[in-house]
Amino acid sequence: MAALLEVKDITKRFSGVTALSAVNLSLEGGRVTALIGENGAGKSTLLKIMSGVYTDYEGQILFKGSEVKFTRPKDAQDLGISIIHQELNLIPHLSVAQNIFLGRELLNALGFLDKSQMIRKTKTLLERLKLDVDPTALVGSLKVGQQQIVEIAKALLVESEVVFMDEPTSAIGESEVEVLFEIIERLKAEGKAIVYISHKLDELFAMADDLVVLRDGKIVGEGPVSQISRAQLINMMAGREVKVVKKTSRSACPETVLEVKNLHLFNPENSARPLLDDISFTLCKGEVLGIYGLMGAGRTELCESLFGLHSKALKGSIRLDGEDCQFKSPIQAIAAGMALVPEDRKRDGIVPGMSVGKNLSLTVLEKVSELGFLSDRLHSKLYDKHTSSLKIKSSGEHQAIKNLSGGNQQKVILGKWIERNPKVLMLDEPTRGIDVNAKSEIYELISKLSAEGISILVISSEIPEILAISDRILVMAEGKLTAEFASGEATENNIMNACIPENLPQ
Amino acid sequence: MIALRKNLNIAQFQSLIALFVLCLGLALTTDNFLTADNFWNVMRQISVNVCISVGMTLVVLTAGIDLSVGSILAFCGAVTAGLLRSGISIPSANLFIGFTVLGAVLAGMLLGGGLGFVNGYAVTRFKVPPFVATLAMLTMARGFTMLWTKGHPITGLGESFGFLGTGWFLGIPMPVWISGFVVLVAVVLTGKTKFGRYIYAIGGNENAARLSGIPISKVKIWVYSLAGLLAAVGGVLVTARLDSAQPNAGMSYELDAIAAVVIGGTSLSGGRGTILGTVLGAVIIGVLNNGLILLDVSPFWQQVIKGIVILLAVVIDKSNQKSE
Repeated sequence: MAALLEVKDITKRFSGVTALSAVNLSLEGGRVTALIGENGAGKSTLLKIMSGVYTDYEGQILFKGSEVKFTRPKDAQDLGISIIHQELNLIPHLSVAQNIFLGRELLNALGFLDKSQMIRKTKTLLERLKLDVDPTALVGSLKVGQQQIVEIAKALLVESEVVFMDEPTSAIGESEVEVLFEIIERLKAEGKAIVYISHKLDELFAMADDLVVLRDGKIVGEGPVSQISRAQLINMMAGREVKVVKKTSRSACPETVLEVKNLHLFNPENSARPLLDDISFTLCKGEVLGIYGLMGAGRTELCESLFGLHSKALKGSIRLDGEDCQFKSPIQAIAAGMALVPEDRKRDGIVPGMSVGKNLSLTVLEKVSELGFLSDRLHSKLYDKHTSSLKIKSSGEHQAIKNLSGGNQQKVILGKWIERNPKVLMLDEPTRGIDVNAKSEIYELISKLSAEGISILVISSEIPEILAISDRILVMAEGKLTAEFASGEATENNIMNACIPENLPQ
Repeated sequence: MIALRKNLNIAQFQSLIALFVLCLGLALTTDNFLTADNFWNVMRQISVNVCISVGMTLVVLTAGIDLSVGSILAFCGAVTAGLLRSGISIPSANLFIGFTVLGAVLAGMLLGGGLGFVNGYAVTRFKVPPFVATLAMLTMARGFTMLWTKGHPITGLGESFGFLGTGWFLGIPMPVWISGFVVLVAVVLTGKTKFGRYIYAIGGNENAARLSGIPISKVKIWVYSLAGLLAAVGGVLVTARLDSAQPNAGMSYELDAIAAVVIGGTSLSGGRGTILGTVLGAVIIGVLNNGLILLDVSPFWQQVIKGIVILLAVVIDKSNQKSE
């Protein structure tokens, strides 16, 4: 059968970083293709190129055999290519029907909105999707899972030939997943091509016809799902050409610094699936503990909980240096010796308009004060100390931090915590979006700090990184701890194995 | 000039040039602009706006806004005047408390700080958007002013109180001393203290500030309280100058304050701006007002011109930011 949609030699670069290199993919009608890979492997990028979101790329897109060039998402939509995004693109203050018909409202003979017809059509659509909500209900009043179905309904309103689904089940419950699968079956029977991205491999095995595995922007394996075993898949996802430098394991634990017991974090969107589910672990003095998990595994929530950010929804015990701690705010956590370098540097890390020097001193203003007033001299001293020890490249302490590279911004954030000499330093994806050089400098810094006795918790979604820096590795999946490895025992395969649920067909 | 350029940002430098050109133009076209009388007249007039604008700057730096300052000014001015004139008497307890000038002024300032505290509490504790919280306070404080004054001016406040508004000390009018002191304290507060740094950090990125252990709510409540307190200082100055507390005093003063803040180069989205910039903004507005009167421009045109200046200031500021 001829391909409905085909991409040839697609390459996409983001300011120097290659996100996709020479990817070929061919989608046939009546088949479900599952796209899998680690975070950052290029899945979403590929989808965005095929649906007209990214318009500058190298390579060709063929639709039913003839080349197409999308200049905006609407061009792709007009051809019958629709995408269901991972993030919800709904307007909470509008009704279900208003959302579904947004941008393609039906008009009556007088040119006014034909509300009754839109509501009627929405009703039929929702019945098809077995979603029992009133078309006039506000989207904001629906549960997240229901909103996801509305998002799907929106995509189904237009007669599409190709449907992309980017993690459509990340927010919905079991019964809704079943409905979604039924819809996918029906779309398949109607001869449509479907591309499905999910981290839940059991879903993919249950539903996909073909698997395509992406790693580092390249396709590393593909074939009919019936011919690929779980073990092979894990191999494909994890295997790398790059030699992994492994850290030698530490033997003893001189002193427990942090002890976490039975930590539960309530999930306001789905009370049956807590964000953290019975997490217990210890962190030794001077240890680097790596936490690996796919997106949504609860890693970030764990760090935030330890930092006093979710105190109202949190149950369980946290002991720091043997003392019970229930931090109600970051202020208390910091005072007790915790530090957090957040995942999203731009959103939570830097104060972009402030200078490098002022960002650096933000956590230690007492130290740069004299007689209660901030001192320029002490600011400069602090700046000089950290720029030389952390090799921060900036044109001076008064340069705005937003003009530094990602790596240098990250070093500034590290610096502001190092200056506090914390007991526990939590690093959430410390090298995301950072160039190779800065990366290795940050690795060196981590091992230096741990040698000085600081206990470090590192979250990462890159296995080589976790292997390179951790003394011990914890793996999380769906809010639970699923495995623990001493660095000597950890391999890419057994880590990957642990972050994928057990109940897969073998 | 070069040294000056180093200590000011582009926006302030441009404002300074604009002010210079404005003054030069007025000096050449009018007979009275460049006289000592007129100079002190302008300075006295802008003192009230400077006080309010300094408070407004603090609020705007945290990415907030305070619409209630004009009403707080009126209410606190009226309360100060009322206490001075008739004190507090509680007939049932056969009690009468009289107020000295200092006591009445302090009471007025305390009230202003308290009303500002309510603003801050609503913004932080109940997450009411600053625009709405202070809009509510604008209406309430004006209502309280009417209730307190019963709609009539309170006059006859005595010479020593009037001195605060009309007196001279060492050749400089009292309102200028007072607003100068306010500016000095605010400059040190924003530039040299932890509290000031916290204000900039909160406005620059509230998430990052929270994760750095900055007590967001506490800082914001203080900022709104200070804005209320400074509005009360403005109220005392206005009342003392006129020897009368008018129930409709301070109407739309919040707009002049916001204009001064914006012309001074402070970003309404927070985190960027300086007290001195605001002072410059207030001076530009003051000189413009004065010049337009001296040039005999109709009051209707004055408003149009002021509006154009505000718009121009923001447009120039935006293009500065882009070119940075």
